[in-house]
Amino acid sequence: MRHLLSAGDLSRTEAIDILDTAETMSATQQRQIKKLPTLRGMTVVNLFLEDSTRTRISFEAAAKRLSADVINFSAKGSSVSKGESLKDTAQTLQAMGADAVVIRHAASGAPHRLAHTGWIDAPVLNAGDGAHQHPTQALLDAYTMRHHLRAERSRGADLSGVRVVIVGDVLHSRVARSNVDLLHILGAHVLLVAPPTLLPVGVQAWPCEVTYDLDAAIASHRPDAVMMLRVQRERMSNKGGGFFPSPMEYARRYGLDATRMAALPDHAIIMHPGPMNRGLEISAAAADSPRSTIREQVANGVAVRMAVLYLLLAGRSQSRPDLPLEA
Amino acid sequence: MSQTYLVRGAAPLGGAATDLFLADGLIAATGKDAQRAAGADTEVIDAEGLIALPGLVDLHTHLREPGREDAETVASGTRAAAAGGFTCVHAMANTDPVADTAGVVEQVYHLGRDAGWVEVRPVGAVTVGLGGTQLAELGAMADSAAGVRVFSDDGKCVSDPLLMRRALEYVKAFDGVIAQHAQEPRLTDGAVMHEGRMSADLGLTGWPSVAEEAIIARDVLLAEHVGSRVHICHLSTAGSVDIVRWAKARGIAVTAEVTPHHLLLTDDLLADYDPAYKVNPPLRTAEDVAAVRSGLADGTIDIVATDHAPHTLEDKDCEFSAAAFGMTGLETAVSVVVEAMITPEEHGFGWADIARVMSSEPARIGRVRRQGQGLTAGAAAHLTLVDAHAHTVVDPRRHASASSNTPYVGRTLPAAVHATFYAGRPTVLEGQLQDERSTP
Repeated sequence: MRHLLSAGDLSRTEAIDILDTAETMSATQQRQIKKLPTLRGMTVVNLFLEDSTRTRISFEAAAKRLSADVINFSAKGSSVSKGESLKDTAQTLQAMGADAVVIRHAASGAPHRLAHTGWIDAPVLNAGDGAHQHPTQALLDAYTMRHHLRAERSRGADLSGVRVVIVGDVLHSRVARSNVDLLHILGAHVLLVAPPTLLPVGVQAWPCEVTYDLDAAIASHRPDAVMMLRVQRERMSNKGGGFFPSPMEYARRYGLDATRMAALPDHAIIMHPGPMNRGLEISAAAADSPRSTIREQVANGVAVRMAVLYLLLAGRSQSRPDLPLEA
Repeated sequence: MSQTYLVRGAAPLGGAATDLFLADGLIAATGKDAQRAAGADTEVIDAEGLIALPGLVDLHTHLREPGREDAETVASGTRAAAAGGFTCVHAMANTDPVADTAGVVEQVYHLGRDAGWVEVRPVGAVTVGLGGTQLAELGAMADSAAGVRVFSDDGKCVSDPLLMRRALEYVKAFDGVIAQHAQEPRLTDGAVMHEGRMSADLGLTGWPSVAEEAIIARDVLLAEHVGSRVHICHLSTAGSVDIVRWAKARGIAVTAEVTPHHLLLTDDLLADYDPAYKVNPPLRTAEDVAAVRSGLADGTIDIVATDHAPHTLEDKDCEFSAAAFGMTGLETAVSVVVEAMITPEEHGFGWADIARVMSSEPARIGRVRRQGQGLTAGAAAHLTLVDAHAHTVVDPRRHASASSNTPYVGRTLPAAVHATFYAGRPTVLEGQLQDERSTP
């Protein structure tokens, strides 16, 4: 693995290797001293050119727990807002000795350009690009599903036969695209549920099913996991594209309320990539219920990102640094 | 008497080889008469095995001057045009300042004359500043030294239906034509690529075919209603071909152009987010490419126009969404049209068709009297000699355009422009621009 740009680029074996490595990382995070020496002396740059706190601190925590030095570079107050190009910014970071670049960018494809233009030669890790991909989110979601649904038999397992319903703004969602790709690779069965306005033209070609009716989806699909996507309130305005009439109508038709939660199979987990709009796509009752894995997803995010950083940077050095597996 | 030329053994429109004698800016004689007319100081051009075409006429060229001389100037763009076999280009109005007054179009016209590579016909803006709200002084531009006949807000659509109606009506007074950039703005807010399977995967905002087709449908009906002619710029979708075909069958005075790139390239090339393929209208699907090829072959689409759109490296060497729309096209146009239309034999397309769609028809639509006249005695001596058997690997470093944003880098394309004569003077000989001979 040279870069991690898209969940769809992973083979089944690579994906399982990342999830297994993340399990190992997770085990180390139960210790009192969480820090591993694995990437000591290496520098990871968090190049965040779009607002994000949660993903940035997750990557920062992951890199630091592997003993890497972390440089945070965000758009606000940086030269990017003064008109410096992505190319110049990336090359500046490379000149400062970045061993890996974690990039979040509002433009779909920006990480792909960074990885394939020859601007820099460090591994590029996509931390979310426009409406395109957010592969570590899909990996942490798969990790969470595998952990719950496979339990002690999780190591080495895929998600074949697992039934997942993803609900909400698929059109603008990199989380949805990444999850559809990765869940398909891992053998899961995915059903997308959204108002027709929030599905991309061309979605028919994706390896999943699509429906407009959430209640019917829950009744017929019998999901093992329900993933609620964030819906931005401004999308309802005429200026924002007029995708739906009102937040209340959206919540009525596509929100995960108490009634719909009760209709889920008993073992089904409730997921959300955060940040949540309580009362819009997800009710407080659902978000805070015992079957909600939302906070767990955050914790798993650190372990998955440690695994990805380890695999990307270990692949670069002559000898793969050992993981102190059994402490 | 100026220098005379005897072009020997060229095949006009790919037919039987003949000789052409060029004198005083005219094709003075052809065949045996040409040999007899040649004198001792006549320069002989060996054109054995070459195709002779009337000088090519581009109805859609962005020369960028005034305003973006870092991307192209009238001099560099017309030099590129000559290298591509053109003897006339229409300079689009979306410059800075916009070509919306007699002053600006005359400036561009004179820059073209001073450069001397091709005839430069400025296109006038339809609305003031391309703003889409108030008609520019179309009559003043028509009456100016530039003699504007083609008006376009290209780059932007004249989307207000009433304003479009008025423009269509108004230019009838001087036999002008509105060239519409058909793009419904509300349906394409933030759009950067064709809306379909690829845009869904890439997470890029889609530019739906219907945004082009809806405007074309509206405008052919408006043209019918007010009895005007209308020209459709860079038609790109299968649905647009159907609408224009329907309109022509109905007797509506519509003409349409397709670009070389829409005849050859498809949206799956965007998989790597390379801004070289970012263009407006966007690259469409293989079905659309098949439809525009058929439309060009059966005459539904009247002409090929390059939409040559040079951009600086910094406007292309960046992330896809930040990049400028457009690709250069003048120097690859003939080769791409050959690759798309002649090489696949099913279109039944020949060199006479190339002459029609790249010379005589664009000249007719633009009302350019001294271009596209053909290769007969008495016609203006604008001609292009093409080596049909050449194959060239596209390398922008060898292009004359000041910009290098060609989407064909590294691609091997058939046919090459061997020579271009503009008003009886060679601007290109043996594939080389004739800088010292270009000044009139």
